[in-house]
Order: sequence, then C-alpha cells, then structure tokens
Amino acid sequence: MSLTSPDGKTTIEPDDSGWATFFRRLTTATDWKTGLVIPALAVLTALIIGAIIIMLTGSSLQETLQAYWALLEGSVGSLRAISATLTEATPLILTGLSVAIAFRAGLFNIGGEGQLLIGGMTAVLVGFSFTGLPWFIHLPMAVAAGFLGGAVWGFVPGFLKAKTGAHEVIVTIMMNYIAIYLTGYLLKTALFQREGRNDPISKNVEESAQLPKLLGWFDSAMRVHLGLIIALIAVVLVWWLLFRTTTGFEFRAVGANSHAARYAGMSVTKVYILVMVIAGGLAGLAGGGQVLGVLDRASPGFSAGLGFDGISVALLGRSNPFGVVAAALLFGGLTAGGQNMQATANVGIDLVSVIQALIIIFVAAPALIGAIYRVKTDASSTQISQGWSS
Amino acid sequence: MELQLKGITKQFPGVLANDDVTLTARSGKVLALIGENGAGKSTLMNVLSGLYHPDAGEIIIDGQVQKFDDPGDAIKAGIGMVHQHFMLVPVFSVWENVVLGIEPTRAGGVLSRKEARREVKEISERFGLAVDPDVLVEDIPVGIQQRVEIIKVLLRGAKILVFDEPTAVLTPQEVEEFFGIVAELKGRGATIIFITHKLKEALAIADDITVLRGGKVVGHADPATATPEDLAAMMVGRDIELVVEKSEAEPGAGVLELADVTMLDDYGRALLKDISFSVRAGEIVGVAGIQGNGQTELVEAITGLLPISRGRITFEGKDITRYSPRDRHTAGIAHVPEDRNHMGMIGSFSVAENLVLDSYYAQPFSRGIRLQGDVIRDSAEALVEQFDVRPPIISNTGGALSGGNAQKMIVAREFSRDVPLVVCAQPTRGIDVGSIEYIHEQIVKKRDEGKAILIVSTELDEIFALSDRILVMYDGRIVAELKASEATPTEVGLYMAGRAA
Ligand SMILES: Nc1ncnc2c1ncn2[C@@H]1O[C@H](COP(=O)(O)OP(=O)(O)OP(=O)(O)O)[C@@H](O)[C@H]1O
Ligand SMILES: [Mg+2]
Repeated sequence: MSLTSPDGKTTIEPDDSGWATFFRRLTTATDWKTGLVIPALAVLTALIIGAIIIMLTGSSLQETLQAYWALLEGSVGSLRAISATLTEATPLILTGLSVAIAFRAGLFNIGGEGQLLIGGMTAVLVGFSFTGLPWFIHLPMAVAAGFLGGAVWGFVPGFLKAKTGAHEVIVTIMMNYIAIYLTGYLLKTALFQREGRNDPISKNVEESAQLPKLLGWFDSAMRVHLGLIIALIAVVLVWWLLFRTTTGFEFRAVGANSHAARYAGMSVTKVYILVMVIAGGLAGLAGGGQVLGVLDRASPGFSAGLGFDGISVALLGRSNPFGVVAAALLFGGLTAGGQNMQATANVGIDLVSVIQALIIIFVAAPALIGAIYRVKTDASSTQISQGWSS
Repeated sequence: MELQLKGITKQFPGVLANDDVTLTARSGKVLALIGENGAGKSTLMNVLSGLYHPDAGEIIIDGQVQKFDDPGDAIKAGIGMVHQHFMLVPVFSVWENVVLGIEPTRAGGVLSRKEARREVKEISERFGLAVDPDVLVEDIPVGIQQRVEIIKVLLRGAKILVFDEPTAVLTPQEVEEFFGIVAELKGRGATIIFITHKLKEALAIADDITVLRGGKVVGHADPATATPEDLAAMMVGRDIELVVEKSEAEPGAGVLELADVTMLDDYGRALLKDISFSVRAGEIVGVAGIQGNGQTELVEAITGLLPISRGRITFEGKDITRYSPRDRHTAGIAHVPEDRNHMGMIGSFSVAENLVLDSYYAQPFSRGIRLQGDVIRDSAEALVEQFDVRPPIISNTGGALSGGNAQKMIVAREFSRDVPLVVCAQPTRGIDVGSIEYIHEQIVKKRDEGKAILIVSTELDEIFALSDRILVMYDGRIVAELKASEATPTEVGLYMAGRAA
C-alpha cells in the first residue's frame, strides 16, 4: 500500500514482512555471542558434517583428514595459496558489502549477480574502448564505469520499490535474468565481440585499464590484484557511511523501524533508492574487479555466482562491514583450498559448496546451533513483553 | 493456587533489576504490583512466566518449588501472562487466535474446528467475556482484543493470571468492564497479579498492594486504608504532588491554526471533520476524547505524517499544509508521539542515537553529512541526567529501557528543542507518578516560557491537570471547547461519550 505525505510525495508503507523482521534480527544482533560465537560454531559444525559426507562416499578417516589438510594448504599453506584466497575473496567482499548495506536499510538485494554483470560489462567496455590513455586516467575511468553500471542496475529495483512498493526481491531476481541475457547478447554485438571470434567473448582490456597484480613483481603466478585494496577501501567507506554519517543513520533507522524513521522526518523513499544505488554500485565494482583484474575480458557467466555468494557472505558477516571481510576471506579460502583439494586429494570441489551451504543454514537458524552446543541464542529472547515497555 | 516468590534476584548488565524479591499472591485475591519506572515489575513477571531465568530465588506454587526452563513450563504450571502488547494475528478469527499452538485435532492431525469453537465459546460464556469466536481480530477494539488474550490463557489452564499494565490503552468504559472480568475471575478462585501506574485503580480492585523500588520490595499497603498520596510516597520515597501547581495562562499570539481540516481515509470515510481551532503562545490546549475518535489523525495531520484532504494548517503565519514532516520539524514543531515503541524510538538504537532520532541532521549534531559523535554523546549525557532516564547509560539500547524510562527519553528529546510548538500525544502513558510530576512540570514550564502546547490525552485527570483550554473530540469532530477553569469532569465526560450536543 502506498501512503502520500502532505508534500505530495508518495511514500510506501513500511515493510514489516517476515523477511524484514528476519534480517532485522540478524543485523541487529551485535552482541559478541550472536556476532562471533554462532558463526564460529556454524563453521565448525559445517566442517564436521562435511567430513562425515566425505566418509560416507567411501573415504577412510585418513583420506578425509588428508582432504581437509589439502583444503587448508590450498588456502593458507603458502604465499601462493594466500594470494589465491585473497583473489577469490576480493569480489566476495564487494558483493557481500552490497548485500550488507541493503540489509541495513531493510532491503534484501538478491540482484548482486545482475549488478555485477552489468558493472563488469561497463568496466570492460571502457577498458577496451580507449587506447593510448595513461593508466592513471584509464584505470580509474574503468573502475568508476563498473561502479556506475552496477549502480544503474541497483537503481531500478530501488526506484520501483520506493515509488510503487514493488518488492525488491522479485525485481532484483528479474533484473538478474535481464542482465544475464543482455550480457549474452551484447557479447555478440560488434561493439563488444572480439574480432575474428564467433563465440560471445569481449575484446581484451587495454593494459592501461588492468588492475595491477600486487605481487606480480615477486611471483607472476600470484594473481592478487589492486582490486583487493579497492575492496578494503570500500569496506572502510561503507562502515564510515553507515555509522558516522547522517545518511547511514537514515539507512539504519529505516532498516530497523521505518515507522520511527518516517516520524523522524526521514524520507524512506530516498533511502530505498540511495541504498540500492550504492549496493548496486558495490556489486558493479566487484564485476569491474573481475574483468579488469582477473579475466581481462568478459564472457558469458563471468559472474560465476559471486553475486549470490555475497548473500551468504553478508549473512555470515552479520551485515557488519568488517564481518563481511572475515566471511569473504573464509569463503575465498574455501574456494581456493577446494581447488587444491580437488587436485591433490581426490575430493570434488563441490564439497566446498556443501560446506558453504551448511554454514549458511546454521547461521540463519541460530537455534539449531543453540540446541547442538547448548549456548543461548537471541532467538529465545525475542518474545519478551514488558507491558508498555515491550 | 497460592503463589510465592522467594528471594528472586535478576541481574542485567549494570542493573540489578530484581533484588531479593519475596511476595505472596493468594487464590481468589488480586495483588497489585506498583512501583516506579524501572523498579523491576515487568522483569519479575517475566521471571514468573519463564521468559527470564532468575539468578537466585524460588518460585513456589501451592508449596511446590517450580523450575521453569521456558514459558511452556510456566504455562503448564498454571501461569498465564496477559501481555500489554497483544500477540494476536489480526487476520485470524478470535477462535483461531485462541487455539493457535494448541489446536485440537481429529485423527490424522486435522484441525477440529467445531471442537475449537466450542471450547472458546464455553470459556467466553463461563467467565462472562461475551466474545464472538468468529469475528476477525482486526475488526474488534482493543478492549475486546484483551479479552481474547484472557481467553487464551484461561484455555491453557491458567490459574494464576498476570496483567502487565492492562488498562494503559483502555477507554474508561473498557476499564470498568475489565474490572468486572477481574471480579469474575477472582470469584472463581483465580490468583491475580495486576501491574499498574494508576494508583486509583490499584486501590479500587486490589486486595493487597506490594510496592517495588529499585528492584526491592519496599512495602505493602492495605487498599482499604491507603490513599493515593501514601502509595506515591512509598513508590518514590518522597512526597509527590499529584497535581502540578500552575498560574493563570497569559496567552499571546496564535502559533498554530487549523481551518476546516478534513481528512478522508482510502475509502472516503471522514476521519477528521472540519476541524478548526488555534493554539496560542503561552497556553496549553488539551484535547480530550476516548481513544479512536480522531486524535491520532489530528496529531499526524499537524505533524505532517498524514495528508489532509481539505482545509489549511498555519504555523506562525506560514501555510504549512503541504510541508513534509521534516519541513515542519525544521520550522519548529516538536512531537511526542502516541505510540512510543513503533514511532517514538528505535529499540535497537542506543539511547544516544534515540535522543537525536529526529534532529541528527541539524547543527550541532552533524556537520555536512558527518555526525558529530562527541556532541551527540555530550548532549545525551546531559539529557539523561536532566530528565532522570534510568539507568543513565547512553550506550545501552533504547529497547532495554523500562517502558516509562523510554517515554522519558522521548520527552527529553522533544522538550530539549527550543521551538514554538510542542505537540504531545499521551505524554505520560505508562509513566510512574514521580515522573508524571516531572513531565507535567516541564510542560507547564514550556508554557511559561511562552511556547504553545497541544496535549492529547485520554486521561481526564491529565487533561484537567494541565490544560488552560479543553477541546473535546468525538467521532472526528471537535464537539466542545471549554475553559478549563470553568469545565467539570462530568461535563467533559458527557461530551467525550458524544452524549451532549
Ligand atoms: N533486557 C534487558 N536488558 C538490560 N536491562 C534491562 C532489560 N530489561 C529490563 N532492564 C532493566 O531492568 C530494570 C527493570 O526494568 P523493568 O522493565 O522490569 O521495569 P518496570 O518496573 O516494568 O518499569 P515500567 O513501569 O517503566 O514498565 C530497568 O532498569 C531496565 O532498564
Ligand atoms: Mg514494565
């Protein structure tokens, strides 16, 4: 339902759906117990169940331990492994942030995948279209294009939510499909497609727009690139925005209690649009990082589920910017280590997806962890009524 | 059943909410539990109903020591909690709400509607509650919703009933009916615990009164002999003026003016009808009326939260009819909202953040888009001290404050603004007598500083204690305008009931 305020602007009825309450609970749990203990136990439990699954498929205990050892080695066992972990974590930090900042304002951004694709496409376009520019002009242009592309893709669901009440979950899912097919189409147009190729693949990003490898001077196999630094700067900026600015105050107020936000004179409409623009931009930045730092070109499916993984990362990181970094490193490490495990220990990388999924199940259902480990979770104390003080 | 609490102690971080509390509630008797805001009444009842685990102490029912791991255990032991904040599903019918969670089923897990409806009807009739099992909860008034809550706990076999501030949102008529229900339950041997801030109510229906202060039991009173003044003094530990002293008003220029304000809802029904009045500088105008006669809409029309369909609102000579809530805030209207939990504060925000909830955007709390954390904290420290918000820990969340203290926080935020108009809806709902005294003093002080004050209250006592001029609302209209010094409560009461024309 929509409401009109006296200045004639339409605002939408504050969202008190189950989703909203669910995420409010996740994101407002700031005490250390729910913030740290539950995620840590969730990871532990997921790893144990993962081990059981490996054994059920016929491996011995020793082989299982070897597989986990390979996982560990592949993620932090060497400088190269750490570089791989950081490379995998870089886009996850950004898509995780994207989902987290939207959570904070009470919106569920499922559209990271599409925003990442569009951001990647705009970044790649700028990356190959200009030749002869110095890197200090070309690279920032390409990175900014990535942010802008994603921001436009985030703006649409934010705008529709704010003006018509269209649920952002539905719209962002639809926007993902549009982005996927649009990418596939664009990659076969003359503008994008590499000369002499029939398959959908873009031209290569000019060297002047490639994100430099941070450790390339030391070992050319180390792929970690400048995108990591950009992502970490984004983390600090998002934290600053959320907790140190009036804009962030509004985001958090709208996310926590949109009735009170309206009472306080905040424009819920403006918040919805602005936060989706920023969320989209962050996911777009992730896409830019991938094409400018890792792939050097775009091809269909270069998003590789990173946008969806952002949801998991934000959940595990409790929508806290620094929590997101920790969660992204964990997921990045699992992915990097999983490749090593697959190569050396004969356990498929699919196991990593299983472990990641289990982690999320346990984080999203803290009562499960509470029951297993007999720790009290905040789910048990949510229903306290105190009369007028409730 | 006889209920004994022995040595109940409950510690929250930084607050000893219950300190060695011992009390007895007897079968067929009403025990009133009174005490200041934050005295620990709700906490004690949450311990009793299994929501909190006490750090020490015992709950004894009919001589048996009980151990409650969760609310389910307390329900099994016969304890029924009627929450102030009703936990009903609006789109479900009465009987569906009542049986939710304990649905009687036929073989194969099929819900037995007939059985369920019959049980609800039977309880409703046995206790004279007169509730139709088939209507939707969203269609019934608050007073009846409360009865649905009562049926819920009775159906679960409750013999000990706890009411946490049950009368705070009831109309005077509903309060009367509620007392009738309590008498009926009492007659059937129920043990009743009744929390209230309205001392007259405690004196009217209780058999025993227990007073809590700072988490401790500080005394008992006999309702047959005690006076409201006695109780107030026991609660607060000093003498209280139940009515503030104030001088004759000296009204100045008009500050707020409403001309023919009409508000229609989505279906074209009038919520406000041709409302015209003004509030002048240096006077308190009180809007009396039974809940639901358009007061909420009136306040939201003035503060810009709801648009009006016709008419004009003028503030200090400017037409503000089309101003947004933010523009009205900036122009100089302060607003203490009626619904403190859903509007007035954000439970997950800190006290400091709540204290700038609507002024964070302005100097000195922010510069550009940067929030000035130090300024915000310093100002919060000062306000919490000045308005006696307890505990005075500004980093705590607003949600951890007791009901009355949350209200004090909101009043502190709005009253600390130096603006020409303050609109207060139910400024002292759920507040203890000591704090009522303080808030009333603040309101009168604002008036004497030459501010215009509009008070909306369903409490006639409050209207008479504060107002210089009284407007009575009935069915979306102003049906009477009276000089407070000349009006009588009976007269106003008649207008409120729509009986005098
Ligand atoms: N969940 C909580 N966490 C921390 N402190 C709490 C919590 N609940 C209550 N308190 C504190 O415990 C004390 C007692 O609170 P309680 O709600 O029991 O008061 P009350 O007597 O019901 O007051 P009121 O009349 O204002 O409703 C208060 O100081 C309050 O701030
Ligand atoms: Mg209370």
